[in-house]
Amino acid sequence: MTQSELPVLTKKDFESDQDVRWCPGCGDYSILAQTQKTMPTFGVVKEKIVFISGIGCSGRLPYYMNTYGFHTIHGRAATIATGLKAARPDLMVWVITGDGDALSIGGNHLIHAMRRNVDMKMIMFNNRIYGLTKGQASPTSPIGKKTKSTPLGTIETPIIPLNLVAAAEASFIARSVDTHSEHLQEMMQRAGEHSGAAFLEVLQNCNIFNDGAWRDFTDKSVKEDRMLVLKHGEPMIFGAEKNKGIRLNGLRPEVVTIGENGVSVADLWVHDETDPDATRTQILSRMWWPDFPVPVGVFRRVPRPTHDQLLVEQIDGAKAARAAKGPVDLQKLLASGETWTVE
Amino acid sequence: MTTPDSGAQHGTVTELDRVTIRFAGDSGDGMQLTGSQFTATTALFGNDVSTLPDYPAEIRAPAGSLPGVSGFQISFSSGDIHTPGDRPDVLVAMNPAALKVNLGDLVPGGAIIVNTDAFNDINLRKAGFTEDPLKNQSLQGYNLYEIPMSTMVVGACEGLGLSSKQVELTKNFFALGVMFWLYERSMAGTEKWIAEKFAGKDAIAEANRRALHAGYAFGETTEIFHTHYRVAAAHLPPGTYRNITGNEATALGFVMASKLAERDLFLASYPITPASDILHQLSSYKHLGIKTVQSEDEIAAIGAAVGAAYGGAMGMTTTSGPGMALKAEMLGLAVMVELPLVVVDVQRAGPSTGMPTKTEQGDLLMSMFGRNSDSPIPVIAPATPAECFTMAIEAWRIALHHMTPVVFLSDAFLATGAEPWSIPNVADLPSIKVENAPASDKPGFRPYQRDPETLARPWAVPGTPGLEHRIGGLEKLDELGTVSYDPDNHHRMNLLRAEKVARVARDIPPTEIYGEATGDLLILGWGSTYGSIRSAVERLQSRGKRVSHAHLRYLNPLPTDLEAMLKNFKHVLMPELNAGQLRMLIRAKYLVDAVGFNLVRGKPFQIGEIEAKAESILGESVEAAK
Repeated sequence: MTQSELPVLTKKDFESDQDVRWCPGCGDYSILAQTQKTMPTFGVVKEKIVFISGIGCSGRLPYYMNTYGFHTIHGRAATIATGLKAARPDLMVWVITGDGDALSIGGNHLIHAMRRNVDMKMIMFNNRIYGLTKGQASPTSPIGKKTKSTPLGTIETPIIPLNLVAAAEASFIARSVDTHSEHLQEMMQRAGEHSGAAFLEVLQNCNIFNDGAWRDFTDKSVKEDRMLVLKHGEPMIFGAEKNKGIRLNGLRPEVVTIGENGVSVADLWVHDETDPDATRTQILSRMWWPDFPVPVGVFRRVPRPTHDQLLVEQIDGAKAARAAKGPVDLQKLLASGETWTVE
Repeated sequence: MTTPDSGAQHGTVTELDRVTIRFAGDSGDGMQLTGSQFTATTALFGNDVSTLPDYPAEIRAPAGSLPGVSGFQISFSSGDIHTPGDRPDVLVAMNPAALKVNLGDLVPGGAIIVNTDAFNDINLRKAGFTEDPLKNQSLQGYNLYEIPMSTMVVGACEGLGLSSKQVELTKNFFALGVMFWLYERSMAGTEKWIAEKFAGKDAIAEANRRALHAGYAFGETTEIFHTHYRVAAAHLPPGTYRNITGNEATALGFVMASKLAERDLFLASYPITPASDILHQLSSYKHLGIKTVQSEDEIAAIGAAVGAAYGGAMGMTTTSGPGMALKAEMLGLAVMVELPLVVVDVQRAGPSTGMPTKTEQGDLLMSMFGRNSDSPIPVIAPATPAECFTMAIEAWRIALHHMTPVVFLSDAFLATGAEPWSIPNVADLPSIKVENAPASDKPGFRPYQRDPETLARPWAVPGTPGLEHRIGGLEKLDELGTVSYDPDNHHRMNLLRAEKVARVARDIPPTEIYGEATGDLLILGWGSTYGSIRSAVERLQSRGKRVSHAHLRYLNPLPTDLEAMLKNFKHVLMPELNAGQLRMLIRAKYLVDAVGFNLVRGKPFQIGEIEAKAESILGESVEAAK
């Protein structure tokens, strides 16, 4: 099918006939809506789109998408996506996961999917809690967090997801917020357009077990001052007055006020998504309220051949090399090595 | 028997029907290579052969130590043989540790060929000898041949400019040369192998070639051997043959299955002994379009295989027991979503890490039941190394036609053991092709609408217009495949999953029986015990005993003709290299009082052991009849 013959699809085409069963007020509703809205923009027919999920509240999302969908087992969605994409490079593969699914039980698969650059778009719903199992600490729960399983507070340092995937060589890294619908849509769009392993962290609210997990800086009333919207090629400026910025002093970021102490816009850190060195991506990923505004946007986007491309390339190369020696004869393959004949 | 006649003249030839040789040395001595070279030459000569490599899990245990001993046993014959032999007639011992570890297995009066240069104080101490066994009378009951192999290769390799360590490494070829002379084998195959293996390393190639020739010449010219031996070619059925191990046959079987199914093969695997060679071999077939991934762990490997299967490829994974344990949850998902998948478990001695290079049949019940809830999966098992080829195709035929994961149970003995294989004609192998569900422009696709005969669901692969649907590990509503918590639906789906697997029994060949259909004793086996059981039954039958042999390749579902077969015998004996796993199933299903014979020593049964067990049962029954 050529581009011009593609049917024009709308959000409605991507809604399945299943009733959505998340708790009323859950941040997942917004993520689902943005997902459905974004899908028609890629120019990919819906039978070529596959949503794969693990276990957790996020894992239900594929049931609500009118595409191919596979709700797998806890932590393993990335493994299934790896095999699917390797077998079927023609498909657009999305992985839906959560902080427990991706970072705890599925942590190993996450880092290997990223280093392999499997061409999958992974959206991780981060609500800093286990919701489906009714409220235990997750690997992103802040230290001291009191939950059913940590009545005196967790004693474990949380993972910084974007720092982890940067260390694992992810070629696309982004962050957004469930309620910032326009920004979230834009991030999904950009993740979908990336060729290779894309990791999008969505700061998502669980209003039942961890309400207000991100409210300190995502709330409308404070977000201008407490969040930093990253834009490629632009200096890092934030604040309701647009007068605050981030300056990089060696490898140490600093919050500065433009116009104070001789600081000008020219002194600010200019964001470069395509920086081949992930060091600055990791510095950005570690910036957190209240010491810093929390960055959202595309942290990193670097071109790198995908796992399926390299796999197919090796196969094509081996086939070509073999074809130069004449056609493949399976009978000869079976008889490789020394043979003898009994009359 | 190979024991030389004491009065024979040098240069005379003694005819033998069957010889069993064990090569043993340090793990760094190249014994596996020596054994496999002797095997290849012997197979090419036309003998029936059967081999048993026996090596430690450590790549290089401390040199000269008992745990570092590596062995390779080959039995070859002018007749039809099924096992690598109970006890060697000849032991080639490259150092004192090898002698110590293997002497107890040698037949009384057997031949021992030793590298005397390795019998120094340090090595003797490491092997736990308080005095040199070559110098005291402890080997009096054997024919001892003392050859200073290390010294001989130093002479042979003079002038090549190699280090003394490099020269020392050629002594296994010297030993091989001696054995080639003793058994009238040609050196041509090994010379060719040396030339290919050491291409570009001329001095090393020449050193190995010289060592080989020096060994052969030593046999020919010295007076220590009074005779050499002739084992005539076997009368195998007509055909073109090659020597093949179980892992090689398994890999080739999967290549062929992909061809016969006209579908892409995808293998994801995590390295594990003794299964890794299948990954290696299939990874070398990129030119055939086979995709392989070395996964980050065992779970990722089966996950990727399920993902590939979901995408319409022949997704599979290979592992051994510890890996199989890790794959359990994903196998359960494959049962729930009803996708074709083949999981190869090359069993090894357990539990836990166990003895990684040693054989066992301990994973049957895990394959059958090792998942949460009722989770039926067909299980099949090849009986011989060469049979791994046909059973690999069978695994895929069942997986594809019944839309189910299938477990293929090999074991370390099958995987690394070798036998001659009559190479099939590719054009004669039947198609195992199945079709994907076709595109549809009607709404309401039902991903769990079953084939009325097999109960297989349609394979609706992503990319097919109109079949967009969701599957997953949650219980499915019958036919529609949407999530359902309905109690009666869950019960019905459980029955349907069980019935689907049970119906595989309609689709398998009848069980063969070797011997009379009725009698005093049926020996029932599965997997790699085939050779030992068959040989024991041949011996018992030749003595007029009413003993028959049946060997199961299909373990779940069991063949429908089995029950009647079992009930036609007074006794049923089930030898297994486990604590009685298949016996537990047989007794439960058929209420047959099957008797077990169970040894877990990490090695195959000896023929004589099964024979003796059968005799004891028959003897008791004679007693009881009186």
